[in-house]
Amino acid sequence: MRDKKSRVPGRIFLALIYIFLYAPIIVLLIFSFNSTNSRTVWSGFSLRWYEKLFNDDMVINALYTTISVSILAAIIATVFGTFAAIGIFNLRRRWQSPVLTLNNIPLMNADIVTGVSLCLLFVASGTILGFGLGFITLLLAHISFNVPYVILSVMPKLKQLDNNLVDAAQDLGCTWLQAFFKVVVPEIKPGIVNGALIAFTMSIDDFIISYFTAGSGTQTLSMVIFSMTRKRVTPEINAVSSLMFVFVLILLIIINIRSSVQDKKLRAKPA
Amino acid sequence: MSKELIRLSDCTMAFDDEIVLDNLNLYIKDEEFLTLLGPSGCGKTTTLRIIGGFLVPTKGDVFFDGVRINDVPPHKRKVNTVFQKYALVPHLNVYDNVAFGLRLVKPKIDKKEIDQRVREMLEVVSLKGFEHRAVSSLSGGQQQRVAIARALVNRPKVLLLDEPLGALDLRLRKDMQQELKRIQQQMGITFIYVTHDQEEALAMSDTVVVMNEGIIQQIGSPEDIYNEPKNAFVADFIGESNIVDGIMRADGVVEIFGKKFECLDSGFEKDEPVDVVIRPEDVDIVDTRAGQLIGLVTSVTFKGMNYDIIVDFKGFKWLIQTSDFCPAGSKIGIHIVPDGFHVMKKSKYSGLYGDYSSYSDEYEELSDADEAEEGSEDEK
Repeated sequence: MRDKKSRVPGRIFLALIYIFLYAPIIVLLIFSFNSTNSRTVWSGFSLRWYEKLFNDDMVINALYTTISVSILAAIIATVFGTFAAIGIFNLRRRWQSPVLTLNNIPLMNADIVTGVSLCLLFVASGTILGFGLGFITLLLAHISFNVPYVILSVMPKLKQLDNNLVDAAQDLGCTWLQAFFKVVVPEIKPGIVNGALIAFTMSIDDFIISYFTAGSGTQTLSMVIFSMTRKRVTPEINAVSSLMFVFVLILLIIINIRSSVQDKKLRAKPA
Repeated sequence: MSKELIRLSDCTMAFDDEIVLDNLNLYIKDEEFLTLLGPSGCGKTTTLRIIGGFLVPTKGDVFFDGVRINDVPPHKRKVNTVFQKYALVPHLNVYDNVAFGLRLVKPKIDKKEIDQRVREMLEVVSLKGFEHRAVSSLSGGQQQRVAIARALVNRPKVLLLDEPLGALDLRLRKDMQQELKRIQQQMGITFIYVTHDQEEALAMSDTVVVMNEGIIQQIGSPEDIYNEPKNAFVADFIGESNIVDGIMRADGVVEIFGKKFECLDSGFEKDEPVDVVIRPEDVDIVDTRAGQLIGLVTSVTFKGMNYDIIVDFKGFKWLIQTSDFCPAGSKIGIHIVPDGFHVMKKSKYSGLYGDYSSYSDEYEELSDADEAEEGSEDEK
């Protein structure tokens, strides 16, 4: 048994770590409600920065771009990723792990490298095929970095699948496609939905890759924030950042609750 | 019972140049209970999957009721399968699992009829009242019965069963054997049953097909297979056997260990070398003076109904089952009646089986462990 006293330093250390991690964000959140321009002196609560934010066309446009890119990219990447995962799963075993490693490299690759390389690709193919950087290239870039996350989230569900299930469904009268939608999809749905949520979060979050692939006419929210800081720092930035933080936080909480509920269900099942 | 329903003709199956089935010829009669029996990797599951339509043979044809069905996909065959680990749909309850196949039939079956057939079938497998239970909440035996009901409700001509009792404990397995036999007779359809458990095969089947290394070793009734094994492999795989080298001196006379014995077999050439099978229960223990052969007891295991004793005859160890206690180290004489010998032609399995030098109780457990590992290989 350990002494109660000995836990105190550990707890203080833990608290310090969390303060260090979250203090900047909390300061940001608090000062987004400040009534004056100052970012160091608290002078009273107000929603004026939020108001200003929602009257700013550039911000609203960027918000619209961000949300539409994220939703579209998440949906398309989820479809691609799910089928890719099924394909990888059905590969011969000796090919599976090299292909999965290839899938993981983009995840660990520095965003700046991915961003620059995608930018070069789009510019080069754009000059040949006659298109420029814009919403479409932004969307393509987002799909490409989202797909690996979806694959990673669907794969474990496929592995849990009874490998006779598709056979059984076909045996009972399903065509392959019917078996896929009636039996496989309901079973791997939790993985698909989680993959979609992660992809969506990643898209909302992304700055670097978007910066390189969106071109000059299209801006996402994080790009707008970045450009604001380069001109003049106003609490408006605090407000936008706070909104993004809260939004991503909610998404992460949803993802975590979902996976813990699924774990519980899995454990409740008798072997 | 006599009509031929399924025929496999010259079927060869190879995965990556590895031959799993080698020129298999087999026909299956209507309303028959046929068992494919063999050790893991012998090709029995592959044969079943070819009949089910999940595999297309690399060479050869599959006929159903006289029609070639090589290219007919599983969902169009009048065959249903009960899978090894049941493969029930986890997100559906018992009722919906059983109704799964009926709801896919075109033209659509009317709801009332589906309901009636599902309830009828649940009654057949003694699962009345379980309709709304989640399949994950059922025991292994109950899940097994859902799987059987789900397959049978479609009124297939043939039910394929892939080691359906493998995951159940011994007691339940015995009960389910009886249950399956009853269901088969009640429904009057063909069952093709795959197992590596020879006892199960003998207890349930009309016809047993013993397979090894992708080749059919013997086809026959359980009695034939047990009493008249064709080669050393079959003799060893079905029950316990002492297999010794012998020479056929004349019709009805076989020589082992340099001594002539009277037997009932004939049709061999004079002085032809043969394999001789003596079942452990066919050996009588007598006084050393009256014995045809004299051996030394090297170990004794109490088995409840009898003792398993290992007896050394000139360096060759026999297994004998007897109700008389003979202590280890004692000398005994044995007597075998002519009916107790079974003479077989030499085969490539000669000399591989039938010696009990390394006999131990762990034997069976070891072979079971092999089976579990092999299961996955069988599928791909």
